[in-house]
This record gives sequence, structure tokens and C-alpha cells, in this order.
Amino acid sequence: MPQNQADLLSQAGSSENILRFDTTEPILESHNLSVTYSGNTAISDVSIQVPKNSVVSLIGPSGCGKSTLLRCFNRMNDLIATADVKGTVNFAGQNIYDSDIDPTEIRFRIGMVFQRPNPFPKSIYENVAFGPRINGITDDLDEVVENSLRRAAVWEEVKDRLNESGLSVSGGQQQRICIARALAVNPEIVLMDEPASSLDPISTQAIEQLIQELSNEVTIIIVTHNMQQATRISDYAAVMMAGEERIGRLIEYGTNEQVFGNPKDERTEAYVTGRIG
Amino acid sequence: MSEQKNIIPLGRQDFDRDLGKLEAELILMSGLVEQAIFNALNALKYRDVEKSQKVIDEDDNIDQTELEIERTCIELIRREAPMAGDLRRIVASLHIAGELERIGDYAEGIAKISITMGAQPPLKELIDIPRMGDMAVRMLKRSLEAFISRDADLVRKLSVELEKEDDEVDDLYAKVQTDLLELVKADPENAEPATYLMRVAHNVERVADRAMNIVERALYQATGELVSGSTQIEPIAE
Repeated sequence: MPQNQADLLSQAGSSENILRFDTTEPILESHNLSVTYSGNTAISDVSIQVPKNSVVSLIGPSGCGKSTLLRCFNRMNDLIATADVKGTVNFAGQNIYDSDIDPTEIRFRIGMVFQRPNPFPKSIYENVAFGPRINGITDDLDEVVENSLRRAAVWEEVKDRLNESGLSVSGGQQQRICIARALAVNPEIVLMDEPASSLDPISTQAIEQLIQELSNEVTIIIVTHNMQQATRISDYAAVMMAGEERIGRLIEYGTNEQVFGNPKDERTEAYVTGRIG
Repeated sequence: MSEQKNIIPLGRQDFDRDLGKLEAELILMSGLVEQAIFNALNALKYRDVEKSQKVIDEDDNIDQTELEIERTCIELIRREAPMAGDLRRIVASLHIAGELERIGDYAEGIAKISITMGAQPPLKELIDIPRMGDMAVRMLKRSLEAFISRDADLVRKLSVELEKEDDEVDDLYAKVQTDLLELVKADPENAEPATYLMRVAHNVERVADRAMNIVERALYQATGELVSGSTQIEPIAE
């Protein structure tokens, strides 16, 4: 979180529509990011700054490009053959789309948790140990696994069944194991694509609490359709919207209080009050 | 997007209808309250005990309306989890219903004083207090006008005008106090009726203050700014 809220200067209406942070170095920053799939533009000119150790919610109607934008932040769109990404995403002083950047390393440093829990068909232990093993970490693996499961608030529930399949536990537990798997390689950012949308209310609450606890040490960017969830867990909300031409753009970005309490853009007002969706 | 804008979801249509009903209830309540102040002061002027009693009896209707508005607001917050302008509208309505209820109590208070004074001869012809009452009721009407407009520019304009009117009510209140004190000094026997009239004037002066509170909630609804008198607070730092 930036220390001084007054330092947030929203430049809505400017060509870049970017939220600047005068006192806080952003951990991640995109400039004029555009993505096309088979030549069709999905998102256009998205410029956004994400402050370190904050939780930023990406919200907007279906098809507005939230998930596309999220996938740009750790080069997951590279895995889609027809996707073409233009613009820059600066992370740790470098554009992650530079030719000398290894996307696999980026995906470790910027982890991802998906909508549906997707544990590997391996034991709970091996699910969490997977990333560290690939990175050549073999010492203290037990400790890394325990620590990651603890950070994901699921250790107490699975500590006696680490050798059982990751698929044998409940959906909520699976999702927290997936979060532990992402945390095991000590990412600086975790991207979450509707991580609680397929979970029951109790599991959802556990994930929300976990996100808030994790934000002390990692930066979280989360796509959510649940606006109450966004107001509960995030520090900032970025609103995306696609016009008639079906191209997603960032239309508003600000603190939760501003975006959900007193939005500047009438399209945001219409969206958060359920007039469009 | 323009196609989507034309098709308002059914749930949203229900919500809009309920917000409209909430506003209608508030307008109704403000009408009851204006009438109560007007009737209470009229009854005082013409020493009409029966009319004063009616004001007291009818305060139950005002209290009942306030509770119904409160219940509607709670239900809408629970059911709709409102955001942005909707949230501000419901919070402002809740607050304004409370202000109107208090104004109703001032009317009831004036009516009770009237009944107590009923048997006593008039101390003096009432001129300034009814004038204060007319001004306060006018302020109340305009504060509701500001709320219903949801127009930030109009609310700001009315807010400035009402502040001036509130100052005029305060000046008149000071004059009433001075005049009554003079009467007490002239004849200590006047102390009791003068004290009663002092309390009536105080109640009327508070009506004007409550109208100012309503304008402040109208401003919150239209702009999100939280203001109380000369105090304004910054948005919550998260």
C-alpha cells in the first residue's frame, strides 16, 4: 500500500488513463498494452501501475478483457499461438516481453491461480514441491512444503495426508494447495483469475482471508465478478469495459472507496450498480 | 455497450422501483413534518389547545413513517448490497428520515408548551416566532428539493442560500431572546411565559439547523462529500 493516499493521482481522461504513485515504486507497470487474437483486438492501450504489496481487483462485464490483461502480466498469452501482445509490461526494471527474458522464470516470479482448482494428479506434497524441484531446490524441501502450505492456510487440514492425491481433498482445500504451489517458489506477484468463483461460501471466506494475509508479503492482482468480494479484499479496483467494437479498455482505476463509492466514469457507476453487466 | 445500456436487468428494475418508493416515502414524511410545525405554531398563536393536542397525537404517524423508511433502507442494503450512487442515496435517506423525525419532535414539543400555556394570558403578540417558523419550514422544503434533485450544482447553490437563511433565523432567534429578556426585566412575573416562548423559539431554530443537516446529506448523495457545518472529512484511508 502506498503510504500516502493523497499521492494517488488518477489521470482519468488522459491518453494513458494511468494511476500514478508518487511515493511508491510500482512493482509492475504496463504501457499501452494491446492484445490481439487472430488479428482481432481483445484489449487496447491498457496502461496501469500496480503498487507493491497491494491487492488490485480487475473488474468489468464478461468479455471486457480482464483475464486477457491478467494473462499478459506473466506472459501466459505466449501459450496461445494466435495471441499477439504489443506494448510493455515492466517488472523489476525490465520489460517482461524483451527477447532476452525467459517466460518460465517470469511465471515463477509472477505466479498464477486459476478459477477452478487445478492440482496436478500427484500427492499434495509433490504438488507444492513441484516448482522448487524444477528450480533445483532439493534441500529443505520438507520445510518449503510445510511453510508454503502454512502460508496458504491449509497446513493444519492436510498435514497428516501429504502423500494423498491433491485431488482427494475438497475444492476449497485444492484451491489453497494451488495457492501454496504458487507460493512455494516465493513469487513477488500472484495473479488470481476468479479464484473463489467455484467455491462454497466458507471456502470463499478462507480464500479471501488468505489473500488479505498474503498481501503483506506479495502483490496480488485478482479478477473477480463479485463486487462485494472486490471491496472486501482489495486496495484498488481497475474497471475494464468493452464498447460496441468489443475491444476491452481500462476506463477507471482508483481506490476501492472511490471506484465503488463515488465512481468518476458513468460506465463504472452503471456497472457497479448493476445497470449494465 | 449501447445495446446493453437499453436493456436494464429485471432485478435492477425492481431495485429502481424500490428506490423510487423510498424517495416517495421521504417526501410524504417531510410533508407530515412541515404540516406539524405549521400546525404547532398556528395553534400556539391562536391558543388552540385542541389543535395542539392533534399535533402531539399525529407525531406517532411521523415516528411510524420514519421506522418504515428505516426498515426499507435496511432491507435494500441487505438485499441489494448497494454500490456507488445507490449506496449514497440509501445512506442519505436513512439519515434524512432521522432528521425529519427530530423535526417532528420539535413540533410535538411546541404543541406541549402551547397546552401548558393554554390557560395563561398572552405575553405579547407573536410575530417573530411565526416568522422564524415560516423561514424554517421554507428551508426544510428547499433542503428536500436539494435532496430530490441529486444535482451537485443545484445542491451547492441551495446549500449557500440556505446557509444565509439559517443565519437570518439565528439573528431572529437572538432578537426573540433579547425581547423576551426585556419583558422579564420589566416584570419578573413574565418569567414563566417568557421561558416557555424561549423554548418554542429554540425548537424552531433547531428546525432550521436540521434543514441544514438535510442539505449536507443531499450534498453527500450528489457528490460523496461528507460535510457537517464547517467540518469536512477526507475519504477513508484504506
